[in-house]
Amino acid sequence: MTLPVDSTDAPLDTAAIKADFPLLNRQVNDHQIVYLDSAATSQKPRLVIDTLDRYYEEINANVHRGAYHIAELATSATEDARARIQRFIGAPSASEVIFTKNATEAINLIAYSWGRANLNEGDAILITALEHHANIVPWQQLASERGVEIRWLPLTDDGRLDLTDLDQMLDGVSLFAFSAASNVLGTLTPVRQLADAAHEAGALCLVDASQALPHLPTDVTAWDCDFMAFTGHKMCGPTGIGVLWGRAELLDAMPPFLGGGEMILNVTREGFIPNELPWKFEAGTPPIAEIIGLGAAVSYLEAIGMETVRAHEIALTDYALRTLNERHGDDLVIHGPTDTDDRGGVLSICYRDIHPHDLSQVLDQRGICVRAGHHCAKPLMKLLGVGATARASVYIYNDESDVDLLSDALAEAGEFFSHQPA
Amino acid sequence: MAGLEDLYREIILDHYRNPRNRGELETPPAHMAEGFNPLCGDEIQVFLHVDADKICDMSISGQGCSISQSSASMMTTAVLGKTVDEARQVIRAFKVMMSIHGDDLDGSEHDHSDESVGSDVSLGDLEALRGVVKFPVRIKCATLAWNTLDQGLSEATA
Repeated sequence: MTLPVDSTDAPLDTAAIKADFPLLNRQVNDHQIVYLDSAATSQKPRLVIDTLDRYYEEINANVHRGAYHIAELATSATEDARARIQRFIGAPSASEVIFTKNATEAINLIAYSWGRANLNEGDAILITALEHHANIVPWQQLASERGVEIRWLPLTDDGRLDLTDLDQMLDGVSLFAFSAASNVLGTLTPVRQLADAAHEAGALCLVDASQALPHLPTDVTAWDCDFMAFTGHKMCGPTGIGVLWGRAELLDAMPPFLGGGEMILNVTREGFIPNELPWKFEAGTPPIAEIIGLGAAVSYLEAIGMETVRAHEIALTDYALRTLNERHGDDLVIHGPTDTDDRGGVLSICYRDIHPHDLSQVLDQRGICVRAGHHCAKPLMKLLGVGATARASVYIYNDESDVDLLSDALAEAGEFFSHQPA
Repeated sequence: MAGLEDLYREIILDHYRNPRNRGELETPPAHMAEGFNPLCGDEIQVFLHVDADKICDMSISGQGCSISQSSASMMTTAVLGKTVDEARQVIRAFKVMMSIHGDDLDGSEHDHSDESVGSDVSLGDLEALRGVVKFPVRIKCATLAWNTLDQGLSEATA
């Protein structure tokens, strides 16, 4: 396969992109698959799949240990991937890029290491009403252990952050942890503005970029955040690999999280000396294939260009909001912001009174994959007044025909359930 | 390929639209047990009034999909008025019907002794839910109310 050519002016050639993703060739229930669940996990391009295979077939060896040829190749491939990710996120140094299992582990690392070294009874952290459980539960665990107060920034009626009382809510807060994009509403949050407000109040900020990084140009320097977490599998990479980025002086001052091999400079019976960044936070043999695979995913996205990705998703989301609302009218509710400037391509749908689980079952009969449920954001679902939604989310390989098929299947679901005896 | 009609039998949709024994009972004398389906966020409350070893009143509240709601509704009509032991037999028979033979997805050991216990219990309308096993993801929807009832019976008779 060849890498797509970066051209921010031309629209994305989704047919060519689709051909790069082997899974999108398959049929489900006698229909060509229509994959609309990239907010849960993206599909993987051939480049990433081949990279994983090549690692195991040609250079499989443990890293930072052996002095033999393939061990050197494996080590340099791992560190090359780290450097590529560093450039992709606009980080000043590759030593600030720490590999974790996923974004959840990255946030837990902050909660356990930074949180337990710095927060005690009387301290407070601020999160928002649209967070994923991954950016709620680690803080609740810390709160119950240390008596730390958790504050929740509310939402506006159309699903954006309500910044009216932000400064007041940040008063006395040590950390402001928020998502750059909501996995339920698609809402994009004003990261730089939130980071500035946090710093103004003397707080640090942690950005959960899991739903943003696959879809938008990301630059931690421009965001001026202190920590940023994301996962690899939502951005064309393998599962089992995520990243914590943090400012070097903060990471340096933090105690190690997990202990073991790789994270030490020296160990004696009396104790240990932690390794330098980033290895200080990477205990044990890392997921080498997955790291290299994530590096390949970054190469794939860079070749398309993140501006192009964003432009494609704005156009497709706009098309989806327009055509779905026009056709289905009052039968359909799409939660979250209506303006594509404020949102990504995550569409949380309620259709008539059909339960999302039943809706997704009907869609599955047409080969359409959407997520039904609470999307690991139960406090947000409670706020929306729904137990569950059916969520369709688009990515680089989706086009208008996928939206049209979704639209047809929604009508079909309405038909199916209305024909049954009431 | 299993079609939608295998899953959404008419009687299921009838119980979904017109749930029987819906509402809450006063606690006490009734006992309330709560169940969650972490997969989809469905929640159910089973209210049980057990008197002299008999389920003399029962109701369901909460929210969920057509499968979980209709299963709960049919469950109430199946066990209301029965003794605790009789209700447990219906629970066992229903769980046997919902188990995937030889390919148990959660990997738990399938206890075949249950089948003899369940085989002489008539499930009546509940047979309509048999099609759910062709849709493994939905089995948890169908069994949510039953697991909650099981838990409620243990608590109410403890």
